[in-house]
Formats: sequence, C-alpha cells, structure tokens
Amino acid sequence: MRYVLRKTVLFVITLWAALTLNFLLPRLMPGSPVDAALGKLASAGVPITNAERQAVEIQLGVPNASLISQYGDYLRNIATLRFGTSYSFPTQTVARTIGTALPWTLILVGVTTIVAFAVGTLLGVYAGWRRGRLADSTVTLGSTLFGSFPPFWLGLLLLYLLAFKLGWFPIKGGYSDGTTPNWSFSFAGDAIRHSVLPAVTLAVTTLSGWVLGMRNNMINTLGEDYVTFAEANGLRGRTVALLYAARNALLPNVTAFGLQLGAVVSGSVLVEGVFSYPGIGGLLFTAVTNHDFPLMQALFLVITLSMLVAIFIVDLLYVRLDPRVRR
Amino acid sequence: MTVISAVPPPHAPGTAPPVPAGGRALPGPLRFAARAARTLWGDAKARTGIIILGVIVVVAVFAPQLAPHSPTATTFTPYLGPNSVNWLGTTGNGQDVFSQLLYGARVSLLVGLGAGAIATAVAVTLGLIAGYRPGAVDEVIGFLTNLALVIPGIPLMIILAAYLANHSVWTVVLVVALTSWATGARVMRSQTATLRTRDFVTSAVFSGERLPRVVFREILPNMTSLVAASFLASATAAVLAEASLEFLGLGNPATVSWGTILYSAEQQNAMLTGQWLMVLAPGLAIALLMTSLTLINFGIDALSNPRLREK
Repeated sequence: MRYVLRKTVLFVITLWAALTLNFLLPRLMPGSPVDAALGKLASAGVPITNAERQAVEIQLGVPNASLISQYGDYLRNIATLRFGTSYSFPTQTVARTIGTALPWTLILVGVTTIVAFAVGTLLGVYAGWRRGRLADSTVTLGSTLFGSFPPFWLGLLLLYLLAFKLGWFPIKGGYSDGTTPNWSFSFAGDAIRHSVLPAVTLAVTTLSGWVLGMRNNMINTLGEDYVTFAEANGLRGRTVALLYAARNALLPNVTAFGLQLGAVVSGSVLVEGVFSYPGIGGLLFTAVTNHDFPLMQALFLVITLSMLVAIFIVDLLYVRLDPRVRR
Repeated sequence: MTVISAVPPPHAPGTAPPVPAGGRALPGPLRFAARAARTLWGDAKARTGIIILGVIVVVAVFAPQLAPHSPTATTFTPYLGPNSVNWLGTTGNGQDVFSQLLYGARVSLLVGLGAGAIATAVAVTLGLIAGYRPGAVDEVIGFLTNLALVIPGIPLMIILAAYLANHSVWTVVLVVALTSWATGARVMRSQTATLRTRDFVTSAVFSGERLPRVVFREILPNMTSLVAASFLASATAAVLAEASLEFLGLGNPATVSWGTILYSAEQQNAMLTGQWLMVLAPGLAIALLMTSLTLINFGIDALSNPRLREK
C-alpha cells in the first residue's frame, strides 16, 4: 500500500512539474515567436489587426500581466482543455485537432509497444539462455544493427520497396482517400492495412532496447544460486529458463518500460511524418514546419502526460509482478 | 657463493610487472588504458566496432582527399541516378551525393561525439554531486533527473529547436546534449551512492582528504568504465538525434551532413525520381556509425562485468 501511495504522490508531483515546464519553456526561449506567428497568420489570410496582435501575445505569453496570474490562467485553460487555435488548421481549435489525431497514435504506439515488448523479451531470453553461442551473437548483432536504423530512414526504404515498387501496402495516410472514419469492419481492415508499415518500422527500431536489456538481465539472473539449484534438481532447460530465470529477469525490464515507451513515442514522431499517418507525430511534424506554437505546446503537453500516465499504470502493475514491494 | 643469474627472475602472476633496473615503469593510468585497450581488442564485437569507427574517422579526416568533387558545388545536372561521374547521383540542386556523403561524416562525428561528451560531463557532475551527499540536494537532483527521463527526447528536442530562431550545428549540439544527460546522471548517481559506503572512501575521509580529492581521486577512477559506457551510449543517441533534427529541417540545411542529405531526399521526393541510393547510403552510414559505437560499448560492458566476457 505504501508503494502505491508513493507512486501516486510521485505521479502528481511529476505531472505538476511537467505542466510548469511546458508553461516556462516558451517564456525562456530567446527570439520573438509573436512576429513569426503573426507572419504565419498573415500568409494564411487572416487580417492582422491590433486585437489580433494582442490575442496572439496573450496566447504566447508575452508578459503584460504578472507571471503568477499568467500561470493561473494557463492552469485554468489546461483544466478546461482550452488550448487555443492552431495556425495550421485555423478552422478548428487545437483541442479538436489533437482529439482527432490522438486515437491513431495511441493505437499505433500501443500495439507496436506491446508487440515489440513481447518479441524483444522472448528474443532476449533466448539470447541470454544460449549465451556465447551462434544464436546469441546473431540475435545481439542483429538487434543492435536494426536498432541503429534511423526510424525515418527505415520507413522511407520500406515505403519505397513495399509500397511504391511492389504495391503491397498503401503509400500514405491512415485510411484510403475518400473514406470517412467509421466503426465498420471494412474501415478497420483498411486502417490496419495502412498501419502495418509504420508499425513494422517502429517495432524493428525499438526492438533492440528490450532484447539487449533482457539478455543482460538473463545473464545476471542465470548466475544466481536458485537457478543452479533448479538445474541440479533435474528440471528441463526450458523450464528453468522460462519459469525461474526469465520471470525474475523480467522485473528490471518492466521498470525500464517507461524509457522504452519514450523511445517508441519519439520514433513515432519521425515515422508518422514519413508515412503521412494522421497521428500526433504527424501533427508535430506539421506544427514544426509551420512554426505553429499553440499546436506545438499542446502536443508536447499531451505527449508528456500520456507518458506519465502510462508509466504510472505500469508502476501499479509492477506490484502484481514483484511481491517484494507489497509490504 | 652467490650465483648471479643473467636471466631475470620469473614474473609472479597477479603482481605488478617488475620495474627494469635503471628504467621507469609506465604510469598507472597509461598501464590501465593499455590493459583496457587489449581487453577491448580481444573481444570480437568491440574489435569490429573499433574497425568500423576507425574507417569512418579516416573518411572524415581525409574527406578533401577522398571526395572526387566539392560537396556544395552545384555544377552537375540535378536528379541524376548513379553514373560514372556521380557515383551516388546528384541532388535537386546539382550537387554530388557521394562527396556529400564523405564530407558529411565530419558533422555527424563532431555532433555525435561532441554532444555525447557534453551530456556525459553534465551527467557525471550531477551524478557525483547527488550520489555523494544524500539529502536535499540529492532529492532535488534526483527529481529533476526523473522528470527529464520521463519527457520523450525527440519531441523535446523538436520543440527546443523550433523555438530557437537561428539554426546552426552548435544549436543542434546544445539541444541534443540538453535532452540526453538524464540516463547517465541516474546511473552515475546510483554508482556514486554505492561507492560512497565503501571502506576506501571512509578511510580517505578519515585521513583528512578534502571533498574534491575524495570525489575525483577516489570515487571517479572506480567509475571509469561506467563513464566510458555512458559516453558511448550518449554519443550513439546523439548521432541519431542530430540526423533526426536535420531530417525535420531543424538544423542548418546549408551544412553538409548525413541528416541533411536525407532531408534533401525527402524534400525532392527522391523516391519518386527513383534515387533510392541517395536515401540508402546516408542512412546506412548513420546506422553503421551507431552500430560501431554500440559494439564498442559491448566490449566495455564485458570489461566491467566479467560474466559478460566471451569465454
């Protein structure tokens, strides 16, 4: 119980710190984003009046009120989900834009992380168990090489080979042009077909973290006495590897889950741009290219919050895996 | 009657090599480095990594001699595929891709190793401070480290780089270093905290050594392999981060680096013009550089954890 309480308190404090960081960041940067913003608005056809300039200044936090009152306004806006209007999509609020894109990324990142975690952990167990032999070297070197592939580069290559040249998969987007998202099976199948290439790219490049971590944990665990005892008792190799060693070697990997999730999220930012996938990553890509500060700020907040929530959930699940923290 | 033997006495294993009469032994740190280098070279993975890294460094240093053309000269016909003059084809501006690839090694190495070094320096400093004195300072640094770890690196880098008005190689180095110090800091902090309780540190403190001496002359030398491993890991991440930033157009597009070649390829739709080699080559170079650093890191893992050494 103490563990859960501690993790909850930590979650709340880190949440507050992330919100404050997001508030301070644009105010600490040099340069004037206001002029850049007004320039963007002007080129999008919005008339620049004095009221417009004032609105942009308030939105970007040019100090004309005290910092504390600005902070209060900021927190209130966050609580009511008022993130302002984006420059790239001036017809809808930022909240709506993000709301449309978020489910796509959640599904892509969620499925990819789970698959990469499962496959990577199993490969790591295999490599650790067969340490020093050809299987170990192959798995280690292979996953190191694949983990070094820049995600956007692998995405470009897969796009060229499998989508452009061979036509097995669609070239871009999350769903075919002309269809509207709905809850039918045909749309789900279409969406899955569009998500295969981004998912494969993400999974391949983030696999190595799990494989290598699990392999190191396995090697350390296999040196423990209870493993030797199990082997001496005559248990089969596979039983010892899976039920004894892997179960305990898994624990540090679970605690490292948060870091790995960050890697997948980072990778998705790069990969979604290449595939024009309509998720958060693609939005960030667009926002950066257009110097769209309200959208960028809100996206950064959403990404950080999602990470915090995911890590918090994993921390709570850890109690089920490791009875030692249940005191 | 004593017999004076002309053969020197056998060297007992486990002791320091005898100092030849009239000569001086190598100083401690050099001996340590020589032994480490020998162990690294003996590990097959690390050896491969060192060779690949060596090739890339040679290419970077001798790029002016090795490149057939200038990387920025726009004298060729644009959008060419590989041919006898331009081995990897040309960009949309008529620049030779192969020369760009060779010169690009310089920026990627500089930014990767530079940002990695800065990040490691910050991590070691903060880790030592936090680990040595438990208390308020430790809690604050620990909390900041956890916060920095939670925030995903590349989105933070993108935001920071996008806010900065002008982009140059140095802004990339700074942004990358600022976002990747946290992992190393956590490792350094826990290792310092472990070493702090050891007897040799206690005896050093009791014999009156001052704080900087204890930290830098007693604790830090015992963390050398950890610092080296952390540096290599940071450098690997920095190479990827720099390429990512430039691919997104957040670096200086005028600099010649592997990331900007990919940026041009994406801008000019190299896929549609069939210039897949222009996409394959720089990405493969990035992957090879990162792999070589990681392979050397495997060797350093084996140095510090003998269980991981190849038998």
